[in-house]
Amino acid sequence: MVSNDRNAVRLIRGVRKLRKVVVMGVGMTRLDQHFDKGIKELYEEAVLKALDDSGNPTVDHLYVSNAYADLVCDQADLGSLLLDYCGAGCSPITQIGGACGAGGCAISEGFKAVSSGQSDVVLIAGVEKVSDVVTKEATSISSLCEDQEYEASYGLTMAGINAMAARSYMQKYSATREQLALFAVQMHKNAVKNPYAYLPFEVTTDKVIESFPVADPLTFLDSSPLCDGSAAVVIGSVDSARKFTDCLVEMAGVAQSSDSVAVHERDSLLTMKSTVEAAKKAYEIAKVKPSDIDICEIHDAYTITGFIGLEDLSLVERGKAGIAIEEGTIAKDGKIPTNLSGGLKARGNPIGATGVYQIAEVTLQLRGEAEGTQVDSAEIGLTHNISGFGSTAVVGILRRLK
Amino acid sequence: MHMFKTIFQSGVLPMVMKPVNPVGIVGWGGYIPRYRITVEEIARVWGKDPKRYKVGLLVDEKAIAGPDEDPATIAIEAAKNAVLRSNINVKDIGAVFTGSESKPYAVKPTGTVVAEVIGATPLVLAADFEFACKAGTEAFQCGMGLVASDMVKYSLAIGADVSQGAPGDDLEFTAAAGGAAFVIGRSGNDTVADIEASCSFVTDTPDFWRRQGQPYPRHGESFTGQPAYFRHVTSAAKMLMDQLGYKANEFNYAVFHQPNGKFPVRAANSLGFTMEKIKPGFLVSKIGNTYSGSSPLGLAAILDIAKPGERILVVSYGSGAGSDAFSITVKDGIDEKRWLAPFITDYIDRKSNVDYSTYIKWYRMIVTPSD
Repeated sequence: MVSNDRNAVRLIRGVRKLRKVVVMGVGMTRLDQHFDKGIKELYEEAVLKALDDSGNPTVDHLYVSNAYADLVCDQADLGSLLLDYCGAGCSPITQIGGACGAGGCAISEGFKAVSSGQSDVVLIAGVEKVSDVVTKEATSISSLCEDQEYEASYGLTMAGINAMAARSYMQKYSATREQLALFAVQMHKNAVKNPYAYLPFEVTTDKVIESFPVADPLTFLDSSPLCDGSAAVVIGSVDSARKFTDCLVEMAGVAQSSDSVAVHERDSLLTMKSTVEAAKKAYEIAKVKPSDIDICEIHDAYTITGFIGLEDLSLVERGKAGIAIEEGTIAKDGKIPTNLSGGLKARGNPIGATGVYQIAEVTLQLRGEAEGTQVDSAEIGLTHNISGFGSTAVVGILRRLK
Repeated sequence: MHMFKTIFQSGVLPMVMKPVNPVGIVGWGGYIPRYRITVEEIARVWGKDPKRYKVGLLVDEKAIAGPDEDPATIAIEAAKNAVLRSNINVKDIGAVFTGSESKPYAVKPTGTVVAEVIGATPLVLAADFEFACKAGTEAFQCGMGLVASDMVKYSLAIGADVSQGAPGDDLEFTAAAGGAAFVIGRSGNDTVADIEASCSFVTDTPDFWRRQGQPYPRHGESFTGQPAYFRHVTSAAKMLMDQLGYKANEFNYAVFHQPNGKFPVRAANSLGFTMEKIKPGFLVSKIGNTYSGSSPLGLAAILDIAKPGERILVVSYGSGAGSDAFSITVKDGIDEKRWLAPFITDYIDRKSNVDYSTYIKWYRMIVTPSD
C-alpha cells in the first residue's frame, strides 16, 4: 500500500514534465426538463456549440460522461450512439460513468490525454436525460451510488445521508437552520441571472425552511433538482489551440481522489477525504493557494454539501461556512463568489454532466463572457465535482491566460 | 396530395368541425354527489402539508361518491336533469353517449343503463366513450354529428366519473366524482344555445394512464403540464378562435378542464382570458377534478346563469392526450328552461363532509375478511 501523500507527490512529479492544457471552447444547453429533446439532441447541441466556440478544430479523442442513461433511457454504448448521431464517423469516444462525479472524471481523463501528449485536442461532453422517470424512480436511481449492501438496501437515501450530515454539522459547529437555508437563497439569487439555469427564481430563508421535508432537517428547497442538459468543452495543447482560437483559459490543475462509499466507514460526516485530497493535489499542481481563488463552482447537491465543500476546499475556515455565508463571503461581490451559475441547487443538477458544466461556466467567467453572471476581473477559478456523498471528488483549477 | 398542398398553401388547418346544419343545446343538467372530503383531512392521514394543495393547486375539498353511487348513477342523475330542461319526448332521443374513465363494468355499456332509466330504449343508439378526462366532450361532438346529419332527432351526451387516485398520491387530493349531460338538437325553437363549431387537437402523449386491471392511474408528474395539458388546451383553443375569427374579449365566459385550480388559471391567462370570465365555470376548488365531468360541469354552471347573446368557450383535456374546444352562443329561451332543474351551485352548496376512514370504506379500499 502506498500512502495518499506519496501518491500525490508521485503525481505532481509526473505532471511537471507534462504539457500545458488549455480550454479552447465551451458549449452548454439550457437546463430543463427537456421533454421535446432526447439524449442525442441535447448532446449534439452542446457539442456543436463547443466546436464552434473553439474554432472547429480536428478532435483526436472524445469523452462522454453520463450517469444513468442505461437506467433512464435503456441505452448502453452511449458514446458510439451519440457520435453516430453527430456524424463524427470513426473518431474514438470513451464513455465515463460514476454518478454525479462522472463529468469531473471525464475532465480528468481528457486532461491526462492532452497533458501526456497522447492527444492534441479532445472534446469532453457530459449529458444527462433524467426527466423521463418520475420522482420515486429518480430517488431510487440516485441511491445506486450508495453502498447497496449496507446502506441503500436498508432504505438510506442520498437525502438521508445529507440530512445526517446537516444535523451533525449544526450540532458540532452550532450552525443554524437559517444559515443552511441562506445558502439556497444565495444560489437562487445567482441563478436568476444565468440564462442556462433551471430554477431562475428567488427564494427566501422562510420559504426554504417551510418547503416540504425531504429528510429532516433538509427540505425540498435544500435539495438540488435533477434535470436534463448537456455541456461540452474542447481542450488541447497550447500549440494546437493557437491554430484555432485566441481565447484561451489554462487548465492549471486537475486532480481526482476517492473516499469510502459507505459513510459508516468514515471518521466524520463533516468532511470528504476525497475533496480534501483532490484539492490539495490540484492546488499543488496549479501552484496556487486557496486564497488565490477568485471564483468557484462547487458541488452543492444539498445545502449542507455546499458547506462541507467550501470547508474541504479550504475556501472558508472549518465550521465557519454558515457565518461566511451570512457575511456575504460567497456572494457575487464577496471574497469568494461561489456558484455564480446558481450551483446544483438552482442552475440544476444534470448528474453526469454537472462536472462539465462547471468547467464551461468558470471558463466563461475567466474569459469575461459569462452572460448575466459575469464578475469583474477573475483570474483563477476552481471547480469541484463529487459522486454520491464524496466517494469520488475531482477538483479543477483554471487560470486566465494573459 | 392536392389536399395537402391546399392546406399548406392556404395556411389553414382544416380540422375545425362546423356542422352543415346548425345544432344547439336543448337541455343541460349536472349532478355532484353530496359528500366532500377536505384536503386537510387527506393531508392529515398522509402527513402532508395541506397548503401544498390549497395554495399550490387551489383545491379546498373534493366531491366523493356515496356508498350507493357510481359513474352510472351520476350519469343518470345528470341526464334526468338535462331531459327535464329539454322538455322533449325522451323517445325522440336517438343516441345516448356516456363518456367516463371509471366505467362500473369493463365489459358492459353504461350508456344502455342510462338510456333505459330515462326511458329512451329500445330504439336508441347507446355507446360509451373513453379518453381520460375528455370522454364527455367527445360524446358531445359525436352527438352533434348525428343530429346535424339528421340521423337522429336528439342526442344525449354525458360526461361522468368517480375518478380514482391512489392512496397517498397527489391525485388523491383532487380525483372527484360528478357529471353533466346535454341534450343536443337541430337549432330551432327548443334550443337554448347554438354550438357554432368544435375542434380537436390530439397527439400520442402518455402523461397519465391506467392499464387494464390496474386499480389506479399512474402519471408522469410534471410531464402532465407543459407538453400535455398546456400544449393541447392552448392549441385547441387557439385553433378554434383563429378559425372562427374570435379574440378572447369576444367571449363572455370560458371554461378549461380543471385537473386542479392552477392549470386552468394559467391556461386562461396565456390565452388572454380574465379570471372574471372563467370564475362561473371554475368549480375545482369546491368539488375537485371530476374528470370526464369537469369541463361539462363548468359549461353547465355557466348555462345556469348566462344571458342570451353571450358566448362561451369550452376546452376539455384528456390525458393521452387531446383537447376538444367549442364555441357556444346562448339564445333566447334559456331563462325559461334554467328553472326546470337544480343549478350546479345547488349541488355544490348541498354537502356533507366525511372523514378519511369513511371515504376509504365507501371506496372499498379497506380489505375485509370477505374480500
